[in-house]
Amino acid sequence: MSSQDSGGRLYGLMAEFEAPTALIAATEKARSAGYRKLDAYAPYPIEELVHALGHHHSKLPMMVLGGGIVGCLAGLGLQVWVNAFVYPLNIGGKPVLSWPAFVPVTFETTILFASLTAVLGMLVLNGLPTPYHPVFNVPRFSAASRDRYFLCIEAADPRFHVEGTRQFLEGLGPSEVSEVEY
Amino acid sequence: MRDGQTARVVAEQDESVLEKGGYHRPGIIEAPVLAPGHTAGSVTDKISSVVLSGTPRWFYPAFGLSFTLMMVLFAALSKLFWEGTGIWGVNQPVGWGFDIINFVWWIGIGHAGTLISAILLLLRQEWRTSINRFAEAMTIFAVACAGLFPLIHTGRPWLAYWLLPYPNTMGMWPQFRSPLIWDVFAVSTYATVSLLFWYVGLIPDLATLRDRSTKKVAKIIYGMAAMGWRNSAKHWHEHEVASLLLAGLATPLVLSVHSVVSFDFAVGIIPGWHATIFPPYFVAGAIFAGFAMVLTCTLPLRRVFGLQDFITERHLENMGKVMLATGLIVTYGYGIEAFTAWYSANQYETFMMWNRLFGPYRFHYYALLLCNVIAPQALWFRSVRVSPVGLWSVCMFINVGMWLERMIIIPASLHRDFLPSSWGIYHGTIWDWAIFLGTIGLFLSLLFLFVRFVPMISIFEMRTLVPEAQSVKESAAARDAEGLP
Repeated sequence: MSSQDSGGRLYGLMAEFEAPTALIAATEKARSAGYRKLDAYAPYPIEELVHALGHHHSKLPMMVLGGGIVGCLAGLGLQVWVNAFVYPLNIGGKPVLSWPAFVPVTFETTILFASLTAVLGMLVLNGLPTPYHPVFNVPRFSAASRDRYFLCIEAADPRFHVEGTRQFLEGLGPSEVSEVEY
Repeated sequence: MRDGQTARVVAEQDESVLEKGGYHRPGIIEAPVLAPGHTAGSVTDKISSVVLSGTPRWFYPAFGLSFTLMMVLFAALSKLFWEGTGIWGVNQPVGWGFDIINFVWWIGIGHAGTLISAILLLLRQEWRTSINRFAEAMTIFAVACAGLFPLIHTGRPWLAYWLLPYPNTMGMWPQFRSPLIWDVFAVSTYATVSLLFWYVGLIPDLATLRDRSTKKVAKIIYGMAAMGWRNSAKHWHEHEVASLLLAGLATPLVLSVHSVVSFDFAVGIIPGWHATIFPPYFVAGAIFAGFAMVLTCTLPLRRVFGLQDFITERHLENMGKVMLATGLIVTYGYGIEAFTAWYSANQYETFMMWNRLFGPYRFHYYALLLCNVIAPQALWFRSVRVSPVGLWSVCMFINVGMWLERMIIIPASLHRDFLPSSWGIYHGTIWDWAIFLGTIGLFLSLLFLFVRFVPMISIFEMRTLVPEAQSVKESAAARDAEGLP
């Protein structure tokens, strides 16, 4: 039931709030009114907001665990392969498979792979880099990185209706409701 | 609040400090981590204005001086690449001189950033917020300076890639049982992870600068660097998870780096190097040196940019305490070195200690004890810890002292080992000094560019300290306590 405005195509409707508590309450109300395609914007991380949006668990920790395991095996495998098979060297009469000496490098590659996974995973899960996004078309939106709080209900939501959703948002006590165009 | 004195008076009026049990001594209340009266907007404006309001006049001479010193580095390196390492003072029996002293000195300095941003994050030390960004940047620049030295120490730095394991037509591979190869992995991993950690923390702040800058070029550059960050709750959620994971990963990493550096020595058999105390003693020394350098740079910048509201007396005091604690661990390390030399009853170990106290480098050793053992004792006094001038003076002693420590450990151990017939003496040449001072120029140049173009205090983390954000946290905590959903 997504609708077209008379002007440009509509991405959604955005309500601006002055306090974090107002945004959390508004997000909870929007969720219980059945809206699912919505996002909240705040100048700093607010744990409550994530719960209000219905997002709980991040996939990132498991990805990082996987990265760490791959890094550990890759580092250890490299050293065993090099120093025991392709380039065996007798150093001070130690066995070629002197695994305690391989611990430091294995540790470093574990940390390296896990950290790279954490950063790249965060970017991928957030869909970054995103060179263009319609929310930036709202002039007031730049205040989201200062001291204003925004709730955006997307037109792609099945329950979205330009008039109905606008009325709903205005009932939540925002300082302003604006249309987000593509 | 222009000075800490006023901030403390206001803190005394602030009842919330009393409620939270902010006493650390009867009658004195700890200064707040953020001066009262700030909002998310004012914090954002103040910190971003340092970057966005144009270049201050003092910047040109300060940057110019650093840049000149950096040119000294490039000139000295050109001479080095042209002539070879013969221009240095190193020769048998002292093969490790200024290059390795400076490497260890810089890498030690580069420990404070990750310590502040990772370990103090995990320990929920909120006061770290206003210094972590700067300390992380300092870490990266210090590691860049440190990384230069092993490369030029190889003598033929254009072949330094031979240190990495890669299939080649020579059929050669690194020797993974050598601490020197462990060092390659430890330092390069540390540099990469520090850079990633710093950048991840910067993304939301780069978005803030994109939103607040008025110039088109700045908007485009900050916009590209922020990668389309939208301050969405979903973004913040993944960002927080990633930051915590990185902190968890960086915590053992930061402790491992200087441990691995200490293995370069401890695995060797030279008296003065071959000691099991080295890893913890090096790590403590690194934190000691790192905090000293953070304060050396922060105190002047805090003053010129008027950031006393954000870097309060509380920060100065806490950092002073960390320096005092790690300084005492370092002192214990010196004590254990002397004790081991005596208790081992080994003539070479005993001679090593005798040589430190009465040999040709004795004045270096006495200066080291003055700088690293005696001077930091001033930090027992609160009046020194909260006085920028007092604290800065102690930090300068520590900066010099930590360099002398590596001077004593490296050349002073090498110059007289087991066989008197192979003894020698070591002094840095003018080129050694030029390269050393030049890296200070490189470090300061990078630091000035950082302060000029990137917010030196994490803006988004400071926003979480304002009362509005704190009240959300408290209401959430109260709800959790009541067992409500």
